[in-house]
Amino acid sequence: MAATIAIPMPVIADESKAWLRDLRDPVTREDAAARLHAMLLRAARYELGRRGVMPAERDDLAHQAADDALVAILAKLDSFRGASRFTTWAYKFVLLEAAVKARRRAWQDREIAIDDDAWSRIAARTGGELETRELLAAIADAVPRCLTDHQRRVLTALALDGVPVDVLAQRLQTTRGALYKTLHDARRRLRVELQKEGLLP
Amino acid sequence: MSDLLNRVLGPGEPEVTCEQCFELLDEYVELEVQGADADARIPGMRAHLEGCPACHEDHDSLLAYVSGS
Repeated sequence: MAATIAIPMPVIADESKAWLRDLRDPVTREDAAARLHAMLLRAARYELGRRGVMPAERDDLAHQAADDALVAILAKLDSFRGASRFTTWAYKFVLLEAAVKARRRAWQDREIAIDDDAWSRIAARTGGELETRELLAAIADAVPRCLTDHQRRVLTALALDGVPVDVLAQRLQTTRGALYKTLHDARRRLRVELQKEGLLP
Repeated sequence: MSDLLNRVLGPGEPEVTCEQCFELLDEYVELEVQGADADARIPGMRAHLEGCPACHEDHDSLLAYVSGS
């Protein structure tokens, strides 16, 4: 699944070096962490606003996201390679935390029911290009035949029902990466089947 | 292919994992912001972003934030 990636060690920019130094030095650590937290909080508020989280809930979630991101950043400080600015590296943690919290909040009262009939409905679709309809019918036929129950449930939830992968991971008590691997394997299995039938190159 | 087919079949080419995507996301986004060929520098990233809606969202969020900040 994974592509092979050769990553040269980059030169860490001065601004990023200053962040690392200040976050590691016992004398400056507290002040630097407070400055970083303020930046993370701004980013979290921005992201939650962009995702349509109501203002009444936004501040609490933003603080949670900034707090969790700061803990993760400080724990992973030694893994910063300098491939980007330190602030860009740090923002990805808080934007991820904010996104996960927003997605989970949006789905917290929703049941995730795996509807196997969805594949039959897809096979029976009319309209659109003939090639697409043939592919969808072949996929609907292959899903129960070629996939394990777990692969079928994960594919149905993620690809048909639009359940966010981190929401499904939380419900199934697994990880986002493990679920995506299952999705990837199911997709590969279906592609092989469609190729056998001459429907994919 | 239709959106539905894309969601079901995915990109169909080598791709990084979700963990690798997160690891490389800041570098990829900065390359994009600089106008560099991010896809050539980090192979497998574009395919993953096409196949994984959550990572795609996280990418768009980081790109939007660092482009505007």
